[in-house]
Amino acid sequence: MPVVSMTVNGKPASADVEARTLLVQFIREQLGLTGTHVGCDTSQCGACVVHVDGRAVKSCTMLAAQAEGADIVTIEGLAKDGELHPVQAAFREHHGLQCGFCTPGMIMTAVDMIRRKPDLDEETVRDELEGNICRCTGYHNIVKAILAASREMR
Amino acid sequence: MSDAASGEGIGQPVRRKEDFRFITGNGHYTDDINRPRQTWACFLRSPHAHARIRSIDTSAAEAAPGVVAIFTGRHVADDGLGGLICGWTVTSKDGTPMKVGPHPILALDTVRYVGDHVAMVVAETLADARAAAELIDVDYEALPATVSLSACQSAGAPQVHPEAPRNTCFEWELGNKAETEAAFAKADRIVKLDLKNNRLIPNAMEPRAALGEFDKGTGIYTLHTTSQNPHVARLVLSAFVGVAPEHKLRVIAPDVGGGFGSKIFIYAEETACVWAAAKVGRPIKWTADRSEAFLSDAHGRDHLSHAELALDKDGKFLGLRVKTVANLGAYLSTFSASVPTYLYGTLLSGQYDIPAIYVEVDGVYTHTAPVDAYRGAGRPEATYLVERIVETAARETGIDPAELRRRNYIRTFPHQTPVIMNYDTGDYEASLAAAMEAIDYKGFPARKAEAAKRGMLRGIGFSSYIEACGLAPSAAVGSLGAGVGLWESAEVRVNPTGDVEVLTGSHSHGQGHETTFAQLVASRLGIPLANVEIVHGDTDKVQFGMGTYGSRSGAVGMSAIAKALDKIETKAKKIAAHLMEAAVEDIVFENGTFTVQGTDKSLAWAELSLAAYTAHGFPSSEIEPGLKEGAFYDPTNFTFPAGCHICEVEVDPDTGIVKIAKFVAVDDFGTIINPLIVEGQVHGGIAQGIGQALLEHGVYDADSGQLITGSYMDYCMPRADDLPSFSLGFTTTVCPSNPLGMKGCGEAGAIASPPAIINAVTDALGIRDIEMPATPARVWTALQSVASRAAAE
Ligand code: FES
Ligand code: FES
Repeated sequence: MPVVSMTVNGKPASADVEARTLLVQFIREQLGLTGTHVGCDTSQCGACVVHVDGRAVKSCTMLAAQAEGADIVTIEGLAKDGELHPVQAAFREHHGLQCGFCTPGMIMTAVDMIRRKPDLDEETVRDELEGNICRCTGYHNIVKAILAASREMR
Repeated sequence: MSDAASGEGIGQPVRRKEDFRFITGNGHYTDDINRPRQTWACFLRSPHAHARIRSIDTSAAEAAPGVVAIFTGRHVADDGLGGLICGWTVTSKDGTPMKVGPHPILALDTVRYVGDHVAMVVAETLADARAAAELIDVDYEALPATVSLSACQSAGAPQVHPEAPRNTCFEWELGNKAETEAAFAKADRIVKLDLKNNRLIPNAMEPRAALGEFDKGTGIYTLHTTSQNPHVARLVLSAFVGVAPEHKLRVIAPDVGGGFGSKIFIYAEETACVWAAAKVGRPIKWTADRSEAFLSDAHGRDHLSHAELALDKDGKFLGLRVKTVANLGAYLSTFSASVPTYLYGTLLSGQYDIPAIYVEVDGVYTHTAPVDAYRGAGRPEATYLVERIVETAARETGIDPAELRRRNYIRTFPHQTPVIMNYDTGDYEASLAAAMEAIDYKGFPARKAEAAKRGMLRGIGFSSYIEACGLAPSAAVGSLGAGVGLWESAEVRVNPTGDVEVLTGSHSHGQGHETTFAQLVASRLGIPLANVEIVHGDTDKVQFGMGTYGSRSGAVGMSAIAKALDKIETKAKKIAAHLMEAAVEDIVFENGTFTVQGTDKSLAWAELSLAAYTAHGFPSSEIEPGLKEGAFYDPTNFTFPAGCHICEVEVDPDTGIVKIAKFVAVDDFGTIINPLIVEGQVHGGIAQGIGQALLEHGVYDADSGQLITGSYMDYCMPRADDLPSFSLGFTTTVCPSNPLGMKGCGEAGAIASPPAIINAVTDALGIRDIEMPATPARVWTALQSVASRAAAE
């Protein structure tokens, strides 16, 4: 079995994995970081979004081996020194989550979205969320939270 | 400082206590839990909609790498395990009980839908289990199947269960047939409508999962599972399936990622995992992948109805008659029989004074996944029917849709409908007026004209809905066929330091109970919210409870807490009276402090709590030490949330795409504990309603019985860019049947919104009806026939 090595949330991580191991499996099962979720088997729900070298990626669409040497950030690594990331704080402030299952993927997607598009408006946020499904919130408060965070981070 | 002043009290938009763990990735969902020596299960599922199993050969699979054990229906039957049950018995109009086919955990000799459970493979890894399942050789004799609601009752239709001729489980009726016929006989106008309520697949984002364990030393089974009601699951698994005695079975529903009804039910996979854990002597984990969820979660809705509304010359409703065929799927799921009957027929009076109603419902089996409660459960189907036919009546009589509704609203309470329900309170006019104001109804013609200039077709649609929530009271539901009581329990444990644990039989899977329940407790006891912990979802901690569904946790679950808090206060006052040497009648408890009326003596909550446990200051022969009280609360009536949703759409005639231009919801939920959370519930409900009206449809192939919409590629989930932001408002009439005045808010959005949207779409297109979901293809086709009709005229 090949050994893969990467940096996850600032710490080196490596393990023997089967070649077919998906990045999300590596994160959840090998590293025990269960904040990243699996909500589908067709790469459409976005519950599994993490950052790979600073970009939002659906970790169910990538093999662990493809992340060799990469810098990975998961939801567990977003808050720094006990300080919530502004997007995390905005989700709480604006009630952008209910059951919380889609939330890690939503937040990781939102962080990347704000980085790429500093001047977000509602329509752009809704467009950009096309790959993240939430069944609970009707997106209303997720959109609100992302817009608020993006204003704050400007 | 009082709780209200600190912004934590009742009615405050308190930010949720539970959020921290979810936004930091520290939630604990079932699939996040792993055990040493854990094995993995994979279920082999039927590829046929209907087939006889001639034989199952597991020898190759057993020899495959990593395989620990393989179980088939034979093992289950040999072990004496019962099948899954339906906890609600419906009686047909001829007085016979519903006809129930057996529902085995693993199929014995017949499979009845694509996805039906054939065998369970337990292996060292999930990959091993899956690979081995492929090696199981099942010799099927494929049989003809019926998936069509309109054809399944005809003479030659393939039979799902021999116990139910013509695939008919029950032929139920409600209301007064003779009075309704008489009302129709004197009508000036009869409006008729045929309606389909499309099949939906719930799709909570967390797929179902189970972790079964068995402790050899104690003989105790533990099941971690994605459940909305772990105690009911334990009861069914113990008393009916026979997995283990109730006291030897612990069911834990940890963080659960949404339910919407689909996680109320007791399913085969979860049952098999906990049962087999003892057989293999190791923990067994199973998590559905999304494809399995599509195939095997209980689906929702799926009705075919004919409705007729009788009106007099002034547009007053005289009578309503309805004939509905409701799909139950291949097996009766846990509460499926109640959904198209007592949760549907009883709401057909809507917000209107309709003197005579008669409804007939045939519950039928088809070779499809079981159909059971999905957000709203029966009430969306009733609301869709009522609000579509009322809108159609408005168009046919030329009376403004708001005006026709107004003319028929119930205005005095209590109001006894002809279909069981006794509405306690409401003000339908108020929510209608507020919604019309919010959407600027007067300005609609101008907006329509402006849209027309852009080549767009703009339409407006109303929905004045009512629902029955807080599912209860027990004696009432029992008389209607429920196999369970529908009360709720609570236990308030005050610790010696004065902080509090509240054990509730409700279960939160997104509803925010850890916050709203704590708001109630903190405000009653005058302590900070942070000092209150809500405990739920574990049968070892909470003695019993009925769980969360039917928008019942506020009205019923919180009322139970309120009742336990009353007892706490009573006992605490007795203790305070001793400690402060006063008469108990003179003790006042306010803002966390006990005082003696007319004196300056006082005792803080924490002091009293400690004193209750040291038991030094009062005679323990008179008052027991400690401060812990429990309550079971059984309400006196259902609650009746109601309101008005108005939707404006714009249709692009070139593409058939429907865009929701405005959506206004004004709801009356009675007392609101936390507006932030209530609004969130409404948003989510509306989104699911928009999904039903425009996007979602569970479809089986008519010939093969295959589920065509089995993934997010073909089942259209509402995405952010399909939806608008919503405009919400509230009106309030306080519910008289529970101590807090709450009505329930969890399902309203899904119940109210579909007819508002379809009324708007048909208004925009100038057509009488369109089937849900009103997809671009359907809308475009409808437009072509409007155009060709216009050309012909
Ligand atoms: S699990 Fe990766 S997109 Fe759904
Ligand atoms: S919060 Fe439940 S799926 Fe988004």
